[in-house]
Amino acid sequence: MFTYYLDLAMRSLRRNTMLTALMVLAIALGIGASMTTLTVLHVLSGDPLPGASGTLFYPRIDPRDMDAYEEGKDPPYQVTWIDGMNMLHAKRADRQALMTGGSVPVQPAQSSVDPFYSDARYTSSDFFPMFRVPFLYGRPWSVEEDDAKARVVVISRKLNEKLFGGKDSTGQTLRMKDTAFRVIGVLDEWRPNPHFYDIDTGRYAASEDVFVPLTTSRDIRLEHDGSTDCWGTGGGDEDHAETQPCVWLQFWVQLDSAAKVAAYKEYLVHYSQEQHDLGRFMRAPNVQLPGLMEWLDINKVVPGDVRLQTWLAFGFLLVCLVNTIGLMLAKFLRRAGELGVRRALGASKREVFMQLLIESGVIGLAGGLGGLLLAFAGLWLVRRQPSDYASLAHLDLAMLLTTFVLAIGSTLLAGLLPAWRACQITPALQLKSQ
Amino acid sequence: MQIKPILSALRRHKAGTFLIALQIALTLAIVCNALFIIHQRVAHLSEPTGIDEPNLFVIQNEWVGTPGTDRVDAMIREDLQVLRQLPGVQDVTTSNSYPLRGGGWDDGIKLKPDQLQDTSGATIYFADEHFIDTLGLKLIAGRNFRADEIGHMDMRYKLAPPTVVVTKALADKLFPAGDAVGKTIYLIGGPTTIVGEVELLQAQSVERWASDFAYRSVIIPERLSMTLGSFYIVRTRPGQQEAVMRAAGKALFAHNPRRVINDEDGVLSFHDVRSRAYESDRGIAILMGVISVVLLAVTAAGIVGLTSFWVGQRRRQIGVRRALGATRRDILKYFMTENLLISCAGVLAGTVLAIAMNLWMVTRFEMHRLSLAYLIGGVVILLLLGQGAVFAPALRASRVPPVEATRSV
Repeated sequence: MFTYYLDLAMRSLRRNTMLTALMVLAIALGIGASMTTLTVLHVLSGDPLPGASGTLFYPRIDPRDMDAYEEGKDPPYQVTWIDGMNMLHAKRADRQALMTGGSVPVQPAQSSVDPFYSDARYTSSDFFPMFRVPFLYGRPWSVEEDDAKARVVVISRKLNEKLFGGKDSTGQTLRMKDTAFRVIGVLDEWRPNPHFYDIDTGRYAASEDVFVPLTTSRDIRLEHDGSTDCWGTGGGDEDHAETQPCVWLQFWVQLDSAAKVAAYKEYLVHYSQEQHDLGRFMRAPNVQLPGLMEWLDINKVVPGDVRLQTWLAFGFLLVCLVNTIGLMLAKFLRRAGELGVRRALGASKREVFMQLLIESGVIGLAGGLGGLLLAFAGLWLVRRQPSDYASLAHLDLAMLLTTFVLAIGSTLLAGLLPAWRACQITPALQLKSQ
Repeated sequence: MQIKPILSALRRHKAGTFLIALQIALTLAIVCNALFIIHQRVAHLSEPTGIDEPNLFVIQNEWVGTPGTDRVDAMIREDLQVLRQLPGVQDVTTSNSYPLRGGGWDDGIKLKPDQLQDTSGATIYFADEHFIDTLGLKLIAGRNFRADEIGHMDMRYKLAPPTVVVTKALADKLFPAGDAVGKTIYLIGGPTTIVGEVELLQAQSVERWASDFAYRSVIIPERLSMTLGSFYIVRTRPGQQEAVMRAAGKALFAHNPRRVINDEDGVLSFHDVRSRAYESDRGIAILMGVISVVLLAVTAAGIVGLTSFWVGQRRRQIGVRRALGATRRDILKYFMTENLLISCAGVLAGTVLAIAMNLWMVTRFEMHRLSLAYLIGGVVILLLLGQGAVFAPALRASRVPPVEATRSV
């Protein structure tokens, strides 16, 4: 029966090509627009570390003085050196890493390559296992190397290709800011999206090319990037960044169970209270412990413009669907005579209904195919934009399936009313008027 | 024209009538808001910077190695000399930033040293005595910096220059009486005296978070001498920009090769700076425009399709009316009026929907309230669109001959 209805549907669609084309085009436009924007939203609001993000947390404490104090205001977005180091060394979490971003002048040994600046991350050793960073060659540095301010560096696969032609470069020397570093590890392809661990240095930026122990970076005064927020007597003095009342570091912890999360939060309150009693913190303990995904939400990482576009595209799809309902209604009712004959010959209402729904399903499928082509074109246009997330806009399998489910589902929904109306035709009346 | 018979005829086509009205309502709501968004974005991206944009370009220079602050300052002054000697160059200055750059140094300004809340936020521009002339700023009160006032500092020093020049927008905010020159204000590092006032100078960021202090800028008489590097801003004589842009990088490298000037964006004309700064605004405006046009086309196509169907269905009725003496004009008017009635119902519902949608966007996307002009404009557009779309099927209806009345089907 299904194939027969399918055949009927194809014939009916061929009979009035203008109307059919109009319906298919409307659906295709609606689907194309909503899938383009939905894909961008999907890419941007994705989980940067699937499987691990549930165990990562971003502790926030409030070390500021009473200037501009308002009850209930959120703690700062970053931590000071003193608090970061205290929490790092307390080792209350399963893993913890303290970090900041920066920019280092790389001086290649080969005279054929001019010196250049590279984005860098200064961090502590847990960074790599905690964020599941894949290694191509070598290893991350150890806690001992952290403490010893070792001149070691881990580089990205991209930088390894640029400087060492992609060969295993562990053991080689890399000169940065007139200092020799020993390469101990080369990363494999790694680009978590969003750039969650430091949103300030580019929300969808590629990950850095150079990774240096945080202690080493301070030892030789590598320039640090990103925001520095000071209060009181703080002035962002780079030489005394360790003691200034300024927040400029990101601190992340890994907590493997709910009990540990609760315990860590308690530790943060306790720590704040202790610092308050010591006279360092002026404010009452004000702590938060958002998870990774929650942290992205707090920072409104997905641009408002992208959300606006998505809403708009779905409004657009709605208008296209209303349009299709109207056209389908006209089309189905015009065939009152034919349907009357079928009813008179013994087809039940149910069967006529099924037949018409299959017809709308076929329109939905055709519209979905058209919409897919338009979505590919739309995403191609998005990728040509210079925003930092542009290059990520690709349709994955899930989105491909969504396209067809959305197209066929919404067209079937649109076909319900016209098909139901068409079923109400009284066979006898139709035959009589013939 | 009798409206009553039209209404009773429409009652027999409830579903179709409702769908057209609904489609018009939704289209009105979306198009009104889209046009309004376009207006806002276009207004935003045509805000003036206050500088001589057509003749300005910017070089981002970074140093290699670890020269000290004094050495960097000497190298910057040498570079400025090299650039000034190029043919076609009118003037050159150095700064930590420039308008539309996207980010930089913002700080709070206070009127008293012990004040808790800042009186205003402001963009901090570092400058030498050539800054005002190079950028083409208009000095409206006080004086420019003297050459001997220009110091140099690293990021690590406290921001406490003895004198500053401020923009009129900031001066008006701090001293509404209009006597800012000679007054003392407090930067993060301490007190300073305002010696001059320029008419207009935009902030470095045009993002929403910076809109509170969009034109409030402070010009600091210091060269920012960081090893990380700074910007050279070059003003060329009219028509010479491209030639100077090509020559500048070469001249700098010839003088001192231990530097990095990025291939992609190390040298940027202000034309490029502007288009980068407003990329997303322009993108949204274009997208909204395209969506509005396509939406109107889809709605028009829907009206044509449904009306054509009605005309086909009512051929016999039309024939009867014609046989009873209705002119072709009467038939045309009948369908046009019918559409006008449906459209009116649609735009009424659409107006409510448009306002609701706007209110929702105000809370969610920090938009402004929809102005009435856009609503009226949208209503007129949709009524005209409906009349235009219905014209062809109505014309076809009017051509139905009276003899149709005698046909059985």
